[in-house]
Amino acid sequence: MLSSKEFKVKVGLAEMLKGGVIMDVTNAEQAKIAEDAGAVAVMALERIPADIRSQGGVARMSDPLLIREIQKTVSIPVMAKCRIGHIAEARVLEALKIDFIDESEVLTPADEAFHIDKFAYKSPVVCGCRNLGEALRRIAEGAALLRTKGEAGTGNIVEAVRHMRTVQKEIREITTMGPEELVTYAKNIGAPVELVRYIKEHGKMPVPNFAAGGIATPADASLMMQLGAEAVFVGSGIFKSEDPSGRAKAIVQATTHYMDFDLIAKVSEGLKEAMKGLEMSEIPEDQIMQTRGW
Amino acid sequence: MRIGVLALQGDFAKHIEMLESLDVEAIPVKKPEELAHCCGLIMPGGESTTLVKLLHSIDLFDKIKPFSQKWPVFGTCAGAILLSNEVANHPVQSFQLIDISIRRNAYGTQVDSFSESIRADLGSGPEALEGVFIRAPQIERLGDGVKAIAWHGDDVVMVEQGNILVATFHPELTESNRIHQYFVDKVKQML
Repeated sequence: MLSSKEFKVKVGLAEMLKGGVIMDVTNAEQAKIAEDAGAVAVMALERIPADIRSQGGVARMSDPLLIREIQKTVSIPVMAKCRIGHIAEARVLEALKIDFIDESEVLTPADEAFHIDKFAYKSPVVCGCRNLGEALRRIAEGAALLRTKGEAGTGNIVEAVRHMRTVQKEIREITTMGPEELVTYAKNIGAPVELVRYIKEHGKMPVPNFAAGGIATPADASLMMQLGAEAVFVGSGIFKSEDPSGRAKAIVQATTHYMDFDLIAKVSEGLKEAMKGLEMSEIPEDQIMQTRGW
Repeated sequence: MRIGVLALQGDFAKHIEMLESLDVEAIPVKKPEELAHCCGLIMPGGESTTLVKLLHSIDLFDKIKPFSQKWPVFGTCAGAILLSNEVANHPVQSFQLIDISIRRNAYGTQVDSFSESIRADLGSGPEALEGVFIRAPQIERLGDGVKAIAWHGDDVVMVEQGNILVATFHPELTESNRIHQYFVDKVKQML
């Protein structure tokens, strides 16, 4: 199914987003600010992750009216989140002709055993991952794009770094293995052996991998790109900061020119306060989002 | 011979792979000085609104027109939008290097994206190629000096005028390097 035309067209959109910044927005006005700042796509949400975290309660798919307003306002792709395993929310987003569905751990999971069969939808679907086994299970379910889970709404990059480094390290390990090692390795990480073989052959996954979860500064974006992310999602980091437009523009520049440190220094100068952020040890275990999903 | 691929945002790596499959030296272009060493330029797919902002922020925008007077430039999808004389909807600042009017996201959103067979005439008779259309634009008007060279149904999807070559689809996402070969031949003629 990975070689089907439909899947190729889905991954094609992910290819077009490379080198760009996808920004969380909660209304049409923010969507316009994001587009004007150079976002390659926006994620339409009712509450950004930092507010979901602080307000609690069940977090669900956004109001279709909000999504439609944002779609009318911008010409760039519009993404939206559905709950893990919520096949009806995903169908509603597909009916809204959403450009990319994020089956996201930021929302409260709907199914404790199964993710969505992502091949079944016309809209491509992106999923989070913490390691290669999780990444390959999501691809086996039809994800056309992956992202690190990080820890959303914290403004703390440490978890995204851990997840990106883990995936990259595991990809490198596979490329050095002999063919006889692949089946056992696939069993141990809970991934289909065909996808492990694909990595052995190509040295990379069959879909792009972006960074998400905790990016708050231009330097954070550069860090994730250096670690191998092919684009970045910025959730709470922009609209929880004091100057969203200025910060958004700076992060766009830093993502494109992630190895040009004179430029990153320049765009980081005098940016108003970043989001306050959370140290991981401050988060109660039952409020950790990255462990949602299986 | 060295061909540059604008590498600010989008699927530039796929274009570089295509050129390398033809044994052509391809370099990512992120700065004006990198363009100076190229004798052809590809503008990849991506988001045109983002690309325009990034081109201005590094003073590359004003370098493209003079470059195109000397060397061939090939734009796919967002690249095609940037090269057009006129953008019919959601206007973005374009280079106005080819006399066409183009409509952004003309087929709809990503759920309307598709991969289908297209017909091309690249100088050696009609041939069928794969056309991958991702939130693709549509060419609405062709000026007098513009030559159509590929079609999807009745729609013109690839055109040429002087040094400028434009495709509304993504040859870089297919297995065939035929269209990149065509562009490379165009560059060779200028050497």
